[in-house]
Amino acid sequence: MSERTTSGLPHSSLSEPDPGLASGDPSVGSSPATVPELSGGGDLRQASLWSDAWRQMRRSKLFLLASGMLLVLAVMAAFPQLFTSIDPRARNACSLANSRKTPGTNGAWFGYDTFGCDYYSTVIYGARVSMIIGLVVVGGALLIGIFLGALAGYFGGWFDTVIARITDVIYGLPLILGAILLLNLLASDRFFGERNLATVSTALILLSWMTVMRLFRSSVISVKDTDYVSAARAMGATDSRIILRHILPNSLAPVLVYATIAVGATIAAEAALSFLGIGLQQPAISWGLQINSAQSYIRSAPHLLFFPSIFLSVTVLSFILLGDALRDALDPKLR
Amino acid sequence: MTSLMTSPSGAPVGGVPLLEVDDLYVEFRTDYGVVHAVNGISYTLSAGETLAILGESGCGKSVSAQAIMGILDSPPGFVTGGEIRYKGSNLLTMSAKEQRDLRGEEISIVFQDALSSLNPVFSVGAQIGEMFRRHRGASRADAKKAAIELMERVRIPSAKERVNDYPHQFSGGMRQRVMIAMAIALDPAILIADEPTTALDVTVQAQIMDLLAELQKETGMGLILITHDLGVVGEIADRVAVMYAGRIVETGATDAVFSAPAMPYTEGLMASIARVDQKGQRLNPIVGAPPNLANLPSGCPFHPRCPRATDYCPTALPPLLEVVPGRYSACHYAEEVLRDH
Amino acid sequence: MARYIARRLLLAIPVLLGATFLIFAMVFALPGDPIRALGGDRPLAPAVQEQLREEYNLNDPLPVQYIKYVGGLVQGDFGRDFSGRPVSEIIQQRLPVTIKLALVALAFEAIFGLIAGILAGIRNKSFFDSLVLVSTTLIVSIPSFVLGFIAQYTFGLRLGLFPIAGLNDGLQSYLLPGFVLGALSLAYIARLTRTSLVENLRNDYVRTAKAKGLTPASVVGKHTLRNSLIPVVTYLGVDLGTLMSGAIITEGIFNLPGLGRAVFDAIASQEGAVVVGIVTLFVLVYILFNLLVDVLYAALDPRIRYE
Repeated sequence: MSERTTSGLPHSSLSEPDPGLASGDPSVGSSPATVPELSGGGDLRQASLWSDAWRQMRRSKLFLLASGMLLVLAVMAAFPQLFTSIDPRARNACSLANSRKTPGTNGAWFGYDTFGCDYYSTVIYGARVSMIIGLVVVGGALLIGIFLGALAGYFGGWFDTVIARITDVIYGLPLILGAILLLNLLASDRFFGERNLATVSTALILLSWMTVMRLFRSSVISVKDTDYVSAARAMGATDSRIILRHILPNSLAPVLVYATIAVGATIAAEAALSFLGIGLQQPAISWGLQINSAQSYIRSAPHLLFFPSIFLSVTVLSFILLGDALRDALDPKLR
Repeated sequence: MTSLMTSPSGAPVGGVPLLEVDDLYVEFRTDYGVVHAVNGISYTLSAGETLAILGESGCGKSVSAQAIMGILDSPPGFVTGGEIRYKGSNLLTMSAKEQRDLRGEEISIVFQDALSSLNPVFSVGAQIGEMFRRHRGASRADAKKAAIELMERVRIPSAKERVNDYPHQFSGGMRQRVMIAMAIALDPAILIADEPTTALDVTVQAQIMDLLAELQKETGMGLILITHDLGVVGEIADRVAVMYAGRIVETGATDAVFSAPAMPYTEGLMASIARVDQKGQRLNPIVGAPPNLANLPSGCPFHPRCPRATDYCPTALPPLLEVVPGRYSACHYAEEVLRDH
Repeated sequence: MARYIARRLLLAIPVLLGATFLIFAMVFALPGDPIRALGGDRPLAPAVQEQLREEYNLNDPLPVQYIKYVGGLVQGDFGRDFSGRPVSEIIQQRLPVTIKLALVALAFEAIFGLIAGILAGIRNKSFFDSLVLVSTTLIVSIPSFVLGFIAQYTFGLRLGLFPIAGLNDGLQSYLLPGFVLGALSLAYIARLTRTSLVENLRNDYVRTAKAKGLTPASVVGKHTLRNSLIPVVTYLGVDLGTLMSGAIITEGIFNLPGLGRAVFDAIASQEGAVVVGIVTLFVLVYILFNLLVDVLYAALDPRIRYE
């Protein structure tokens, strides 16, 4: 959609004698006699980009902080029992007598929710859904985006045009709006029949592959005309081999940075959809759902709002920080 | 040390010289350590004189120019010692405003890469005219008129039509002319040309150098030419100062230095020139890499690359001393070197 | 330039058609029968239902329905909702609320985002710079509906500074939701401005400006800022999409009767014409805004020329 052309930069119009014609004119004793310029450092190879990045990251406090928080959250998602002895899904876990009791009551750190369930364990168990959706959606978006981006960038032509138009159309739709419609559609009997993890993940994947596609497409375009790809082609490598062996590893860095941050954004989007009542449904345990049911009690029981909000924000924050650390490490220019 | 080097130069014309750089030190404080970019250089410049500062990239020649202009990026760059006197008064102790008023008005600079040194989003006319608007309070219309005159003076064809064009619409040589027009706009007393032709094609280089020489003749300004191009130095410089590792290692009248160097580094530079009369012979480049300014070799910083180095060289830093009248060299064996030519 | 704009507008047509068709198809495919649902517990008489279906072209296959709809759209007819109210009337009534909300959000973004970004960029690596970096990261991490509740709770309930919902207090009602809606973009603009300013301050022409004897204020204000704003302006094009998405949530939390609420409600009641009408408007605004951004881009950067 953007046809920007930067008009040719150097040597555009005014007549300066053509240097190509100037054969050495030695009369003044000044053929290009210059002090030898010794430039240090050869070209960076891929291997050293990643190992440099790794070395840089291990020293980065940001990276350590983010990966530390994510490790805790990952364990929380996989083994919530390690954090709480109460299983909020158990029959006897809740007692309506405790409904919306404030933190501290009966030793419950986070108080109780509307159904009188221990809020701390409920919030802890919410991590699983967020992590699964975040990783599944971004994984799916990566697969679709990289596949389509590679084809569009490598082959160009009508395929590229069609993909570009489809991308424009989806970008033109506000994400939440598209998600609302898609979710209504996917939850119908024709598809999933209910609003579960698969429904929400599918809807979000369908709406979030475009950025990966564009990033990867432009990486492919910038890489495909380089000498080493030409060399590989001259050696008789097939298209798929060139894409997988030569272009993919060289185009991965920006996609990886984006993907990390996108996990955070996806988790926020799932929570927003569940909050709007069109994502996951009770009895699923999701921070978005918890915030949804808490909103009616913002005056009387604000703690119901705060705890899932804090967990949600910290999770999103961790992925954003990790993405920032990755970008700092992978793109020295931005430092 | 300072007193020894107050005037490694031709005698100043009538009392105080135009510019005196006196034992200047500049360092960059980076995350990886302190880089000693300029380590006690001294020179003077008189009106109408052309001084060439010659050296490899990274030897501190551009940094010293930026220190004179007061446009070092600070941090990380700091002037840590010495004085820069313009007509006798020390620039380094002036207030920021006094310094700014001198910039462009009295001391001007032409940079190496005109494309990146001109602002891409303003027309060349506006950028030249800005000198008059800033320093002379000229109106927009007057500034534009003055800009056209200057463009004609540096021989940019059809200046009137091109005054509203943007830098990217000019060729490399024409852009450098725009830079020069900007620098000489207010008839400065000193023009520093920092590798003005490095980014240009060979034939255009000659035209730009001719233009600079001509402008200097017309205005009588002092010209400091920073370059690594020996040919250019030989053509237009009255005197030359050779820099190595942030120090001046040899200075004197250009002809004398070129015909009989008194420092092995200068010798190496001369030997690396491809000369017409020696066709077919091998070039003799200086072996080894330029020194790491964050971690200089002991003693004479040139000793690891010096073909004449002895056991003594790594132990003591040779001061810049007068070898013969008007010739200074920072080599323990300066007289021997000189005798060999 | 005129030719470029004309071509861009032509290119926008397939996007507009594609987006509306996509929405149309999704609304069409939604389960349930909106007409049967109309009467609630007491369904309308079958004859009346049939008449309504005929009136709203619901018996036609999808492509025919769509073509009839676009036919009306070209003549400025956005269709009617099931109670017979023209969609254009709904839009007219709801649009001002959303526009005001978006303007307040944009004002927050532009003023605070730019100021924070410029100050942080000039004082690179200072305390203020770190403060901007940390606070923008936090803002970006807090989902907008969470931020909405935090703002409602602290500024509305606890401090009582702003009304927490509804439209009863004139412009004041828009301040809190406008801030919440603009917060994410505010953070992005601050960061973008900072990064781009820091990068541009390293350029050679900044050195030239200093060498001309310009004051620090005009070195930054005149020679660097304009170059630095170019990416920020580009971002504003993308930003509008964020604003429209955000409006659906923000209007919900703060109970503002804008287009976002309208479209959300319309999806729930399967008012196809209302949904498609509002989405068409959103997409149209998005396309025009992006075109405007590209034109502005060329005005800021003389190196960009459109053919």
